[in-house]
Amino acid sequence: MNGVHDMGGMHGMGPVEIERDEPVFHSEWEARVFALNLASGFHRKWNMDMGRHSRERMPPAEYLAATYYERWLYGLEKLLVEEGLVSARELETGRAGEKAGGVRPLAVAEVATYLRFRLRARLDDDVPPRFRPGDAVVARNIHPTGHTRLPRYARGRRGAVDRDHGVFIFPDASAMSRDKKPQHLYTVRFAARELWGPGAFARDSVHVNLWDDHLDPA
Amino acid sequence: MSEHDHHHHGGEHDRPLSGPALRVKALESLLVEKGLVDPKALDELIDTYETKVGPRNGARVVARAWVDPAYKQRLLADAGAAIAEFGFVGRGEDIVALENTPTVRNLVVCTLCSCYPWPVLGLPPVWYKSAPYRARAVIDPRGVLKELGGEVADDVEVRVWDSTAELRYLVLPERPAGTEGWSEEQLAEIVTRDAMIGVARVTVPAGSGR
Repeated sequence: MNGVHDMGGMHGMGPVEIERDEPVFHSEWEARVFALNLASGFHRKWNMDMGRHSRERMPPAEYLAATYYERWLYGLEKLLVEEGLVSARELETGRAGEKAGGVRPLAVAEVATYLRFRLRARLDDDVPPRFRPGDAVVARNIHPTGHTRLPRYARGRRGAVDRDHGVFIFPDASAMSRDKKPQHLYTVRFAARELWGPGAFARDSVHVNLWDDHLDPA
Repeated sequence: MSEHDHHHHGGEHDRPLSGPALRVKALESLLVEKGLVDPKALDELIDTYETKVGPRNGARVVARAWVDPAYKQRLLADAGAAIAEFGFVGRGEDIVALENTPTVRNLVVCTLCSCYPWPVLGLPPVWYKSAPYRARAVIDPRGVLKELGGEVADDVEVRVWDSTAELRYLVLPERPAGTEGWSEEQLAEIVTRDAMIGVARVTVPAGSGR
């Protein structure tokens, strides 16, 4: 979706401010909502891509005003209700209507193992690559209304395949229909001038991870 | 921004809870009551990322790559496997190491969200997830570097890496001059998180080393 989360190249956001000796979490609730997200994901009612999309769906003005973990809270509440782990009424009242049936929570002893494999997106499917390193490609000029990992600034731009990483889950499909749609993931190199015009440095580049369905031969 | 310094959790119970704090507390109670989360597992998840996983992991990887050419080769060829040699907690994501040289500077960003190599750097800092960095790193990397880590000469190539997949980047910074003969442990001490994201160089702090 063409949302405000797709920030690459925007102006007016201000300076980058690095906080010295920054704590991992700035308050107790940030730590709790971080952990609640991971622990709720244990029920496998949604995948990483659905998780990202839930946060992107925050209304744009709210998204920009929110802190990072406020977005995580928003996304978690949305997914819990949409995927039926809690009802809208339970969320509103804070009182459980009934215990969840047939599920058990992530146990302390399982945390380490759960974390170790949570993000695996590489697949063993035997899918041929559409491109090889060095191939000239153009990123598709598409505007999906759902989740996409193709940032706006790269659409319609010409680049070259830098590396083929093998077969991965395709997040654009996985977020919307849980379809893994296995395909090759590449790093595509775009010259900075191709993206940003003659004001950019000739030798600079931006590398974007893109999938077969984002690319055409140039 | 510096007012955040003393907000570390544990210290805020004497103040009334604010909006998100109240909502999170209510949500946790609800999920516990429904049997969907175990508060002890939440504690363990938090403890993992507060005390076990963080940029010290990445610093050890970088230091080894600086002293052991065979390790460096393995790191650049298959960073996931080379990092696993340390036994760091992974999440299944692939990791690619990017080598800085006198002629190439690498800079990592996630313009769409906050993708970051957790096993070696822990959770991302606020600035990495902030609108200014996400917006500017791809269009004005030299401006960002000038503000944060020092100007990059015109004849140095700047490569920006936008993390959009479950494939994460770790920058292998240049080893600073004046560290000849240092041990791996001494070297790991001076490798910073920001250098492994690519926004800073590794420097030798006055009085460190031998």
